[in-house]
Amino acid sequence: MSRFPELTLIATLLATPLWAESPGRTATPEEIATWDIDVRPDGMGLPEGSGSVADGDKIFQAQCSVCHGVFGEGTGRWPVLTGGQGSLSDDRPVKTIGSYWPYLSTVYDYIYRAMPFGNAQSLEPDQVYAITAYLLYMNDEVDDDFVLSSENFLEARLPNEDGFVMDNRPEVELAQFSKEPCMTDCKPEVKITMHAAVLDVTPEETAAKSAEAATKSGTEGETASEPAAEPEAATAPATEETPAEAPAPVQAAIDPEMVKAGEKVFRKCKACHQVGDGAKNRVGPILNGVVDAPAGAVEDFKYSKALKAAADGGLVWSEEALGEFLRDPKGFLKGTKMSFGGLRKDSDVAEVIAYLRATAE
Amino acid sequence: MSNPDKTTKPSRRAFLAGAGVAGAGLATGAFAQDSAITVQPWMQELGDGVDAAPYGMPSPYEKDVKRRTVEWLTADNASSINFTPLHNLDGIITPNGLCFERHHSGVARVDPAEHRLMIHGLVDKPLVFTMDDLKRFPRSNHVYFLECAANSGMEWRGSQLNGVQFTHGMIHNVMYTGIPLRLLLEQAGVKPSGKWILAEGADAAAMTRSIPMEKALDDCLVAFAMNGEALRAEQGYPLRLVVPGWEGNMWIKWLRRLEIGDEPWHHREETSKYTDLLADGTARRFTWEMDAKSVITSPSPQAPITHGPGRTVINGVAWSGRGTIPRVDVTVDGGMNWHEARMDGPSLDKSMHRFYFEFDWDGKPLLLQSRAHDSTGYVQPTKEALRKLRGLNSIYHNNGIQTWSVDADGRAENVEIS
Repeated sequence: MSRFPELTLIATLLATPLWAESPGRTATPEEIATWDIDVRPDGMGLPEGSGSVADGDKIFQAQCSVCHGVFGEGTGRWPVLTGGQGSLSDDRPVKTIGSYWPYLSTVYDYIYRAMPFGNAQSLEPDQVYAITAYLLYMNDEVDDDFVLSSENFLEARLPNEDGFVMDNRPEVELAQFSKEPCMTDCKPEVKITMHAAVLDVTPEETAAKSAEAATKSGTEGETASEPAAEPEAATAPATEETPAEAPAPVQAAIDPEMVKAGEKVFRKCKACHQVGDGAKNRVGPILNGVVDAPAGAVEDFKYSKALKAAADGGLVWSEEALGEFLRDPKGFLKGTKMSFGGLRKDSDVAEVIAYLRATAE
Repeated sequence: MSNPDKTTKPSRRAFLAGAGVAGAGLATGAFAQDSAITVQPWMQELGDGVDAAPYGMPSPYEKDVKRRTVEWLTADNASSINFTPLHNLDGIITPNGLCFERHHSGVARVDPAEHRLMIHGLVDKPLVFTMDDLKRFPRSNHVYFLECAANSGMEWRGSQLNGVQFTHGMIHNVMYTGIPLRLLLEQAGVKPSGKWILAEGADAAAMTRSIPMEKALDDCLVAFAMNGEALRAEQGYPLRLVVPGWEGNMWIKWLRRLEIGDEPWHHREETSKYTDLLADGTARRFTWEMDAKSVITSPSPQAPITHGPGRTVINGVAWSGRGTIPRVDVTVDGGMNWHEARMDGPSLDKSMHRFYFEFDWDGKPLLLQSRAHDSTGYVQPTKEALRKLRGLNSIYHNNGIQTWSVDADGRAENVEIS
């Protein structure tokens, strides 16, 4: 594995420490366990646990599909997790867990370490096993009754494990690119073979653009400010504005304990929503002042047709309406883009609403 | 370097004034009085006193000098990139506020009092350090470039983005102050089987990379300062790993943990990302060193020639992950003939180097390129030569020669040539 055959030798050449007693102290086993979350292809670091494809499907739809799509196909510019097998030498390869990733341990490690986006290290081992199992299933590696566990983990291999080679630039490239190059009369003629595809990437007025505008004016007229090939932007532009003209609510005094508990519940929402000073629209709209505000009122956020229709019909996010929505988003508003599965506990609903109300203060 | 004067044309006055300095038309009386040569308000009125800006900022006339992103590149700005404005900079040091940003889960806002560095795994004695503990170790200062493996990645299949900031701006070059990683590892006592280190960040991506022990013991630093002040939050405050000459993703920001192991971890950023997919469908991994590379920063699409024909400065930067840059060649005719550029400023190992090529522009269109030679004898190749070896899907580690086409008006465009 090592590209450095001399490593063993080097490791033994470590000098004696600077000091017998150094600044710092011994890390306790408990402290190490708290932070040591990494998993390796040989199984080092895998926690006990198991999860089924069926359970993984449910968790994935609730926590992952908003970005990665129901089938792992990816929405907008979010990563594609499935498919692409056999495409790696194509003109447009699709690099996914199924087509490209060499080790399943990397999937497990990454999901726990960094996902869901904005709520990292929140999943239990059984949930991570389940999501990993679902991703294997969606990549046609296992059947729908498969259960992945710490026991059978090392048996599950990804198809592209042997698709990687060590950096071979020293053999393949360095000698070829270490020759004295030609300095004079190196070629008889030169032609431009390709022009920049995206001409107008500098977003605002600069000296360059002024010069460009000056020399172009009258010949090409207005140039489009956005590249023609731009995919639909996955992020809405930031807005500083909170929903306008929210009706002044008659509200009970805010219970700080409820707010505190609500902040914790809100972690489930944070992957998609921001709230507070400097909040920006993300996958979901900013939620500043959402309680008792008219629905669909955040400017520059692209709501679903269903939510727009409800807003046009006069929907206001009263505590009751918001509560129903949060308990069962798709049941309350068929066609909503919010792919959150819903809060099961009434106390969670009440607390998160208290938190959202508090953030409007 | 920037040109706040929004000229509507390459400035005839500036050009003529330049000619005047050269002695061509002194005191002929043919020039109108220069309106700048008057008694300006700042010559009469008092300016701000001390402390008007306790932390100083650039002149307001430099407001265009800033990092920029390309919105449509990524799905969310918490996992995205912006670019260093290379066309505005000179010398070799990147100012802290202009160093490009690449985050995978946004900028961690770490309280240094709540920050710890843990070293464990195959060691005699697992250790945990506070920031104060670390600052009791001997320190070292080094200037190093940090280049993202994806720098120029958008240009791999062909010229795409019109601006050196966007084609080459995933790089910065600063002086780091830090503790040699070797000293910390020796303190923990690495066991003979310890050949790899997993470095991990304290951000919500918990970014990880596997680093071979040889590199860790050679020149890696655990840095707490850049350009003389504490690291910027977006560069990993309060602690980042410095891995000189190697791809930027390995320079773990908000460094919280170093685990010593006998095998690499093959984590996401060293398998699914930052690997180089070749034409046959196999991929290179652990392509750590950044090959020698250079680029002309002006003229370039964001920094056109505005002074018309005559004396002209070509300005650029070069760097290599394998050493220094003793030489850069420049061509103005698309590579038919090359000239050695003038290297200027410090030449430091694994640091950015500055080069200039001064010439008399005849006002005809130019095809500008630069070609770096590093201290190992490696010569920066063309993109075409690289694509022949790597295929079209490789994307990362593009160190190919960049071409700017400059027209008779001084405007520059990103092109590829035969």
